[in-house]
Amino acid sequence: MKTNKPAVLGKALLIAMMCVAAAACSKKVKDAPPEPPAQPVTDTAPAPSGVYGPEDLDRDACLRQRTVYFDLDRDNVRSEFQAQMACHAKYLRDRPSARITLEGHADERGSREYNLGLGERRGNSVSSALQANGGSAGQLTVVSYGEERPTCTESNEDCWARNRRVEIVYTAR
Amino acid sequence: MTFAKRCLLAVFALLLPFAAAAQQQGLEIDIIGGNASALPIAVVPMPYQGSGSPPPTDVAAVVRADLERSGQFRTLPEADMMARPTTGAEVDYPAWRALRQDFLVVGRVVDAAEGSYRVEYELFDVARQERLLGLAMTARASALRDVAHQMADAIYEKILGIRGAFWTRIAYVTATGAGQGARYALMVADSDGYNPQTVVRSNEPLLSPAWSPDGRKLAYVSFERGNSAIYIQDIATGSRELVSSFRGINSGPAFSPDGRKLALTLSRSGNPEIYVMDLATKALTRITNQFGIDTAPVWSPDGNSIYFTSDRGGRPQVYQAPATGGAASRVTFEGAYNADPDVSWDGQKIAVAQGAGNTYRIAVMDRSLGTPRWTTLSPGSLDESPSFAPNASMLLYAAREGRRGVLYAVSADGRVRQRLVLADGDVREPAWGPYRDQR
Repeated sequence: MKTNKPAVLGKALLIAMMCVAAAACSKKVKDAPPEPPAQPVTDTAPAPSGVYGPEDLDRDACLRQRTVYFDLDRDNVRSEFQAQMACHAKYLRDRPSARITLEGHADERGSREYNLGLGERRGNSVSSALQANGGSAGQLTVVSYGEERPTCTESNEDCWARNRRVEIVYTAR
Repeated sequence: MTFAKRCLLAVFALLLPFAAAAQQQGLEIDIIGGNASALPIAVVPMPYQGSGSPPPTDVAAVVRADLERSGQFRTLPEADMMARPTTGAEVDYPAWRALRQDFLVVGRVVDAAEGSYRVEYELFDVARQERLLGLAMTARASALRDVAHQMADAIYEKILGIRGAFWTRIAYVTATGAGQGARYALMVADSDGYNPQTVVRSNEPLLSPAWSPDGRKLAYVSFERGNSAIYIQDIATGSRELVSSFRGINSGPAFSPDGRKLALTLSRSGNPEIYVMDLATKALTRITNQFGIDTAPVWSPDGNSIYFTSDRGGRPQVYQAPATGGAASRVTFEGAYNADPDVSWDGQKIAVAQGAGNTYRIAVMDRSLGTPRWTTLSPGSLDESPSFAPNASMLLYAAREGRRGVLYAVSADGRVRQRLVLADGDVREPAWGPYRDQR
């Protein structure tokens, strides 16, 4: 690297410098061969700054979180789910072939038809959050099930809170 | 005239049988509440006087059960009948007056051509010693329940001056199991719960059944394709057509009164909007264009406008728009949450699921007297999907009891309620069908 700076200084020295630079390059290439086997090993370990692969969906603590919960009659993604939005969006960036269906759900109260609309709104809200974090619209599909697929069937606040959700479903990893 | 006054004020209840639980997928019925002003009527057993095999249906018992369930009548138990006349000539009026009966029905079943039966019956006003009806109907054995419901309709209309709705059918959705094991079925049954028949079975949710005006078809929403889609199915043949499977929501089908169009909700533009589809060409006309959720359309009886739920003002309320598109106006102003509108045959009453806090009740807004008057018909706490009987004397709605969904039939004044419980699983999404004989 140090030899490159003088090479820029003068045309007269250009040829000589190129020779030096070429020598430096060949030196690095020679140094490299022992390292490559080691690099892939460090990449597959869960490196926070690395690139996500399909296997991370099963073992990355953030990517394994696939449910976003909502307040009553609300569709805004609460701040506690920002990390989840960020990691799934990063996965979408890292793997352009990945596809997600966002299944929007509502609790059982009120009109089934209206709740289909609420479920879709929540799905759209998560879709927007993923896009804001770098996911692309073409990777995201929203399907609303309204109140038709509860995870819990008791009529109380705790159960309703668990049913007001968007489930992140990978249809292509 | 006292009873005439009562029928104006009161209204009545009908529906669903005690014996239905014995049938597969049948509904078990409990009557809750009663009507003190119910009219006393004696429906005398109608014996078979033919020479072939006796009919499989106790016609008088079906008529009696219909009238009793209506809440508008109180029927005399068979054991209390001192005499069992089968024709007018045999009626001893003072004896029925002594039993405090206002009305009396007598009749008999005789043989008709080709193994059919002929039911002859008469209705009497006991106090006036006057015959009000004298009719006969012929049917095969399998149609005798239909005959009995039509007899109950005729008796009901003669006495109350309101067309009866016993000879009608209802549609509903049943759900059993949960999660991956959930199973759904779209069912059709007589208005008394007999003759339940499965129209569609699915492993994916079914909802929003809607009758065609001729009662032959049902439109409904199915998730069998992985997203909501609308189908129209012929009940008798089972043949069906996929009419809407756009990206986003496809829901809330409602046939126009002439049966040529279908109102529906689509979110293909990005959020739920009301559209009208011409069923012959499948061409769509967009009715709403608004950032809020617009959904659950129903037609006014004249077909000129569409009522729907919208949260454009914040929370869900009922709005009305011209069926050809155009500006919508808000209809409901009382209550924080009004959704799922259904409109009575005369367009005067709008039933909704009305929410306040955690309680959702069925409420009816009556506009017949100018200023809207609200009546709450159900106790809550999670009531939804009101559906008027074709004569608007009663409504069906869905409720939750514990972990299960049940249906209730309630009189339009809220005084008589009946619970329809499926032996195993949920019942929801009731839709009361049209009259079976179109006048």
